[in-house]
Amino acid sequence: MSGLSSDRRRRPRIETSTETGLAVQVTGATKVFSVARGKQVVALEGIDLGVAPGEFVSLIGPSGCGKSTLLRLIADLDQPTSGTVSVFGKTARQARIDQDYGIAFQQAGLLPWRTVAGNIELPLELHRASTAARRMRVAELLALVGLSDFADRYPDQLSGGMQQRVAIARSLAESPELLLMDEPFGALDEMTRERMQNELVRICAETGAAVVFVTHSIPEAVFLSDRVVVMSPRPGRVREVIPVDLGSAEDRGDDLREATGFFTAVSAVREALHGSPTETGAPARGVDNR
Amino acid sequence: MRTAGSRTASILAPVILGVLVLVLWQLAVVGLHIKPYVLPSPTAIWEQFVRAFDTVWSGTRVTGTNALIGLLLGAVLGILAAIVSALLRVFDELTLPIVTAMSVVPIVALAPVLYAMFGAGAETGRQLIAALAVFIPVYVNTLRGLRQVRPVHRDLMRAYAATSWQATRTVTLPGALPFLFTGLRIASSLAVISALIAEYFGGPVDGLGKSITSAASYSNYALAYAFVLGSIVLGLVFYCVTLALEKLATRHRPSLS
Ligand SMILES: Nc1ncnc2c1ncn2[C@@H]1O[C@H](COP(=O)(O)OP(=O)(O)O)[C@@H](O)[C@H]1O
Ligand SMILES: [Mg+2]
Repeated sequence: MSGLSSDRRRRPRIETSTETGLAVQVTGATKVFSVARGKQVVALEGIDLGVAPGEFVSLIGPSGCGKSTLLRLIADLDQPTSGTVSVFGKTARQARIDQDYGIAFQQAGLLPWRTVAGNIELPLELHRASTAARRMRVAELLALVGLSDFADRYPDQLSGGMQQRVAIARSLAESPELLLMDEPFGALDEMTRERMQNELVRICAETGAAVVFVTHSIPEAVFLSDRVVVMSPRPGRVREVIPVDLGSAEDRGDDLREATGFFTAVSAVREALHGSPTETGAPARGVDNR
Repeated sequence: MRTAGSRTASILAPVILGVLVLVLWQLAVVGLHIKPYVLPSPTAIWEQFVRAFDTVWSGTRVTGTNALIGLLLGAVLGILAAIVSALLRVFDELTLPIVTAMSVVPIVALAPVLYAMFGAGAETGRQLIAALAVFIPVYVNTLRGLRQVRPVHRDLMRAYAATSWQATRTVTLPGALPFLFTGLRIASSLAVISALIAEYFGGPVDGLGKSITSAASYSNYALAYAFVLGSIVLGLVFYCVTLALEKLATRHRPSLS
């Protein structure tokens, strides 16, 4: 089962699919924010991006290059100033209303007055799933993120990493075909972070969901993705899209982090970020080279 | 996280201080031959408290009931008004100047007018004064809580395409609870103080406030202080109960700044 869906994952249908076959299609999207006294910030300019069903795409770039803004446009939390965003062939708004995506933010954003189980079942509760169905799904998700023993704890009784795992379980609650994640591991220590990355690769292989993943970290982007979208700031643009081919989910263990292919891809992304080859790997501003 | 030791210390320290003050007070009154109308000794007050316990208790019940009715009425009105204000901008703009004006008026000053309005034999005026005093902190704090929704929670509710009633029920109201209970704790002391002070301005002769003034006017100062002791206990009970409710409501929250 996991082998089958990861096969699907390794062969993104981006070249073959028609427009409506894509999980996400952003065409010529521009986002201008009006700030104080008539001043304007061009957060995004002329963004084109397609994400195939089951494909894992990372957005990377220095702080302020519009990664979060792009994700918010896809999630219909903000609207583009011009251009279009479609999700599974519908408008982003319709896709949000139809609950076609799950989302996890940089902050876990758990409700402190609800238990871990209560937080995970929140979307199911809002969309009127039966109590029995909710209980079953929550048990599955708790097992998936390894928090079965913590169902009745409150968020303030968990570490930051555990809270983030609860938020990820919550984003998976309704088995979305599309996952939107904005630096979900940003606040974690390196060890927890690598473990969470391994878990995310496994979860994506199991669910076959397409993912748009925002990160600051080059190795993280390379480890997780089928393609890495490198962005540049002021105004936010797509500078380069780098395909990464590191094998199926089963092969993406900790060994991969030491493999040659991994380092080749890391260098490629780093070069794209800097705009020129860098032997010593001086970090781009605001980008994490860990 | 406090250790058990420091918690014991934080309870023990004020108790020791209190006992020390009482002992010094007693010694000063006896040693310096202070007249009872200036300051009666703790033992004299305690004697009166025990002797007149039934009177103190019935006075406490009357004042306590007035304060409680005022607290409940003011809290319900304050919470409802805050919810309406949070939902309707127009209502908010209408109530703002009224609430500002109310918070400046010493509300007990209305007592004589209210006695005239409801008759000198009724407790209604006192209860209304307590309710008015309670209304303000409950309204202000609850409204602040309702406006406190974190952006990430607002985004989450939008991402889930939650209806505005769903968002209110799952995020806004629970998020406002700690603020509401903080308002209630502040209001609880105000309810007791207002109900008691209102008695100084007239009305039936049965509560603690009236008992204090009449004991003092008969020069029974130790008895007056016994009634004061009763009102201190009453105030503490109101405060501690609402404090416990607040702790319960904020159990799993990061502390409010
Ligand atoms: N709501 C907003 N109002 C005004 N400016 C914003 C808003 N959101 C983002 N921006 C601006 O848009 C740019 C891109 O921001 P963001 O998408 O958060 O960047 P990133 O996630 O890549 O760090 C920044 O210059 C930021 O200041
Ligand atoms: Mg961001």
